[in-house]
Amino acid sequence: MGFTLVVIIRWQLAYPGSPVPYIGSLFGTANAPGGIVLPEFYNQLGAMHGTIMVFLGVVPLAVGAFGNYLIPLQIGAPDMAFPRLNLASYWFYLAGGTVMLASFFVPGGAANNGWTSYPPLSDLAPGTGQTWWLVGMAFLINSSLLGALNFITTVVQLRAPGMTWFRLPFFVWAQFITAFLLLLAFPPLEGAAILQGMDRLAGTSFFLPSGLAVSGRPLGVAGGGSALLWQHLFWFLAHPEVYVLILPAMGIVAEIVTNNTRKPLWGYRVMVYSLFALGFLSFIVWAHHMFLTGMGTAVSAFFQTTTMIVSIPSVVILSSLILSLHGGSIRFTTPMLFALAFIPMFGIGGLTGLPLGLATTDIPLHDTAYVVGHFHYLVAPGTIFALFAGIYHWFPRLTGRMMNDTLGRIHFAGSLVCMNVIFMPMFVQGLAGVNRRLWDGGAEYAHAQGVLSLNVPMSIAAFALAFFQLFFIVNLFASLKAGRQAAANPWSATTLEWQAATSSLRVYRNPYEYSVPGASADFLPQHLPADA
Amino acid sequence: MHVLPYTTEVRADTGLTSPKLGIWLFLASEVMLFGSLFSSYALLRTGAASWPDQSAVLSVPLATLNTIILISSSVTMVLAWTALAPGPQAQNPARFKLYMGLTLLLGAAFLAVKAIEYGDKFAHGLFPATNTFLALYFTMTGVHAVHVLVGMAVNAYLLVSGARMWRTEPERFANRVEIAGIYWHFVDVVWVFLFPVLYLL
Amino acid sequence: MLQWLGLPAAASAHAGDVDRTLALVHWLMLVLFAGWGLFFLYVLVRFHRRAHPVASYHGLRGRWSTWLEGGVLAAEIALLAFFSIPVWSARVDAFPPERGSTVVRVVAEQFAWNVHYPGPDGRFGRTDISLLGPANPLGLDRTDPAARDDVTTINQLHLPVDRPVIVYLSSKDMVHSFTLPQMRVKQDVVPGVAQPVWFTPTRTGAWEIACSQLCGLGHYRMRGFYTIETQAAYDAWLAEEAAELAQ
Ligand code: HEA
Ligand code: HEA
Ligand code: CUA
Ligand SMILES: [Cu+2]
Repeated sequence: MGFTLVVIIRWQLAYPGSPVPYIGSLFGTANAPGGIVLPEFYNQLGAMHGTIMVFLGVVPLAVGAFGNYLIPLQIGAPDMAFPRLNLASYWFYLAGGTVMLASFFVPGGAANNGWTSYPPLSDLAPGTGQTWWLVGMAFLINSSLLGALNFITTVVQLRAPGMTWFRLPFFVWAQFITAFLLLLAFPPLEGAAILQGMDRLAGTSFFLPSGLAVSGRPLGVAGGGSALLWQHLFWFLAHPEVYVLILPAMGIVAEIVTNNTRKPLWGYRVMVYSLFALGFLSFIVWAHHMFLTGMGTAVSAFFQTTTMIVSIPSVVILSSLILSLHGGSIRFTTPMLFALAFIPMFGIGGLTGLPLGLATTDIPLHDTAYVVGHFHYLVAPGTIFALFAGIYHWFPRLTGRMMNDTLGRIHFAGSLVCMNVIFMPMFVQGLAGVNRRLWDGGAEYAHAQGVLSLNVPMSIAAFALAFFQLFFIVNLFASLKAGRQAAANPWSATTLEWQAATSSLRVYRNPYEYSVPGASADFLPQHLPADA
Repeated sequence: MHVLPYTTEVRADTGLTSPKLGIWLFLASEVMLFGSLFSSYALLRTGAASWPDQSAVLSVPLATLNTIILISSSVTMVLAWTALAPGPQAQNPARFKLYMGLTLLLGAAFLAVKAIEYGDKFAHGLFPATNTFLALYFTMTGVHAVHVLVGMAVNAYLLVSGARMWRTEPERFANRVEIAGIYWHFVDVVWVFLFPVLYLL
Repeated sequence: MLQWLGLPAAASAHAGDVDRTLALVHWLMLVLFAGWGLFFLYVLVRFHRRAHPVASYHGLRGRWSTWLEGGVLAAEIALLAFFSIPVWSARVDAFPPERGSTVVRVVAEQFAWNVHYPGPDGRFGRTDISLLGPANPLGLDRTDPAARDDVTTINQLHLPVDRPVIVYLSSKDMVHSFTLPQMRVKQDVVPGVAQPVWFTPTRTGAWEIACSQLCGLGHYRMRGFYTIETQAAYDAWLAEEAAELAQ
């Protein structure tokens, strides 16, 4: 869904003002007369693409689906600690998702103020789309809260005997920290959503300063509010949120890397400590999204410094993953390919975060395509690749069948190439000064002319990317029906999710005991008492 | 369905039951929610050109009454729980019913007083849209009132249909009452912060 | 590195500092990426299952990852302490005196930049939102003596070269972002917040003002023009505008 929106966005960016082929007529004349995307519809697409991908796509998949399924299995718990809360969380999610998607059809269309919903724009937006967005967010926030609470309690309380903290698989650690981020960062956004809802419905002016005049007429509100207040509340959530998007992905990648190098994770403990550091620090960097809102030296120095420091745990985790490869016996399975690609792709995304994190270099780059490139490298060939890796890896556990390797490899190669063709030119455009969220991709501006032609290959690659996803979808459904029967532990893994469940489960060793010197097999599952 | 471990018995190495950990985590998130509202209050007030004299706009006597009501309800909530709490003393479901009923009544009284206050403001033409202070006042007390309402719903459930559980699983039931109590105290504490911030400062 | 990054022309006094910092960060990024990338490819080939059938339990030994991570941190701190923070501080703290500078107000609205010059008396006239109208987008009170000689334009910003400029920014409605790419100036204009920026143009030229914050449907076309010209040309232009005003 989020992806369909993006395909339209990319069409519009490559060929501004020309009709979208084939599906253009589906949007109705209010949005796209003659199939031509109007600016208001473009902005709806942008805002909803961001919202859907983040809150309806990656969070529920990476946290909701993978977390819920794997955490109890990996720690040897009979179930999640609060099965009924889990159900409630799911219903909240469904309600939130429905509200979000339905909002496209309300008069005036869906929210079109960016996923960041900055007021006054969002406060004053006509139509009900923005209000539905707030309602949808409230549902999604509560859904995540309940889920997070459940995760933490499960990990603390329901570990199998012998599953000490430092025998937890890294994936569980990543989910555990993620849950804390969700638990503590989401409520302020809920608070902010309540305030914005009051502004929109009860006529308050929390985010509306005095003396506003819209379309040449003074706005009849009490004023006295602060537009920056929203930005603080929003980013206080949204920075930890971006780590919510990446930590589970790192967890998945770590599992798959050790399994396919057949050796323990290098620096496991340091990686865990890094997760803690990351989780904690992510709460004190939020204003790096607001350098250009007018910040003095002291405040900006503080947030620049915390931003630089928060990059170090990521460097540690990524370095450990790379060093884990050294000395391994690497199997290039399909999940491993995606997991390996994650590493340099995250590297590009993360490294391009550095110039954004320095206030001085953020001046030319803020709100340009460079930022869009930065975070897409982290979430698309980053998180999405990790999710694909996870699906290929755990599919046999879930269904008892293997996914097709050839299709998987085509999917991998196609996606890797297309993703880079889409997102790499964004850095070029951004450095040239092209802004984001432009309906015509910057065609008006003289400084954009030199890099405008890049939009065409980028968009073609996006369509090709869509095409390569067909290999995945076909593979998924075909393997479900007719995939090769999988052995109980097809990847010869050590962690508990692959071991036959027994009621008297006990854990005897660290999570990744591969290639232990002197052992008879090259892997020692966590629950076997001695080297059998 | 199988029964999950540690719903009532304490896990040795963590020293916790799962529901208790759950409610504390929930309250941590609630702290963040109210924390964001209080910080908004602080930010808007420090940035404001002028600020009304709060105690002149709002009714301090009514709010004091409400503070007393809410604190008493916390006491009755504790008494309701001790009536069931496992221990050497005799457990007494009748006393539980009495105190739980009182707690509910006090909660209702709190909301009634709140409604009178709201009505009075509206009658004087004071609405959330009037100024930033009133916007904060209505929003913060409104969010708090919703929490009171939720707490009352939980308590009512425990009082009416939940009591059946006392016969089948007394320990689990006492546990639930305790959890509800923790939540109720939290709502109380939030009010103890709201009262000075909105009425007195 | 700089040409390679393809930035817009640099035409202000501090642009060099910004660009140098940007180039340095990119060097750091490039070195890290190339270093790790090569190592990454090397291990992938060297420890391919076919080349290395039995994994080593311990893997790599030694502490050099700590050194590496420490090195990255040190490089980042150096960038912060010697480049980013000083340059930033000069931007936001070291404002030049108004006397020796060109002072102008820019008021953002959906979807235009209203420019307001104080005129020869050097004082901005009173403005009031109740006076807003199609012919008076600033709500300027022409009865105020200070306002009589004020020159206003829409989407046309003229500035003299080699003299500090102070722009007082404000917004009538939404959050906008005042962007002069060639000056390396970008400043969010948040309604309710009075926000000055300053810079010293060092080259003459005609370029565009861009808006960098989503401010509504016309965000993509909220484009203005700015011209950096010699003092003489600037004075002539102002005189022309003032003459038009007198009519
Ligand atoms: C998954 C999500 C994610 C992650 C992990 C990050 C990570 C980081 N982000 Fe990013 N960011 C976003 C998602 C993310 N970000 C989003 C969505 C936005 C835009 C929001 C919006 O405005 O809409 C944004 C915007 C954003 C900004 C605001 C820019 C602006 O608006 O002007 C800044 C500024 O400081 C920033 C900085 C950083 C930094 C320093 C990191 C650091 O944590 C990165 C640290 C990582 C490294 C330093 C890499 C280390 C790795 C290696 C060295 C290995 C290399 C390996 C090989 C080559 C094999 N980000
Ligand atoms: C998680 C977050 C996420 C992800 C994955 C993506 C993925 C993509 N995004 Fe997006 N994007 C955002 C978050 C994300 N984006 C945000 C926050 C914004 C800013 C919005 C704003 O301005 O307010 C944005 C903005 C944005 C823009 C800029 C619009 C503008 O500034 O005007 C563009 C333009 O090219 C774009 C393109 C793409 C493309 C081509 C992909 C492709 O990589 C898509 C690839 C997708 C897939 C390959 C499918 C995904 C697969 C799954 C979800 C799993 C499916 C699982 C099963 C079937 C079991 N995105
Ligand atoms: Cu003004 Cu965008
Ligand atoms: Cu951030």
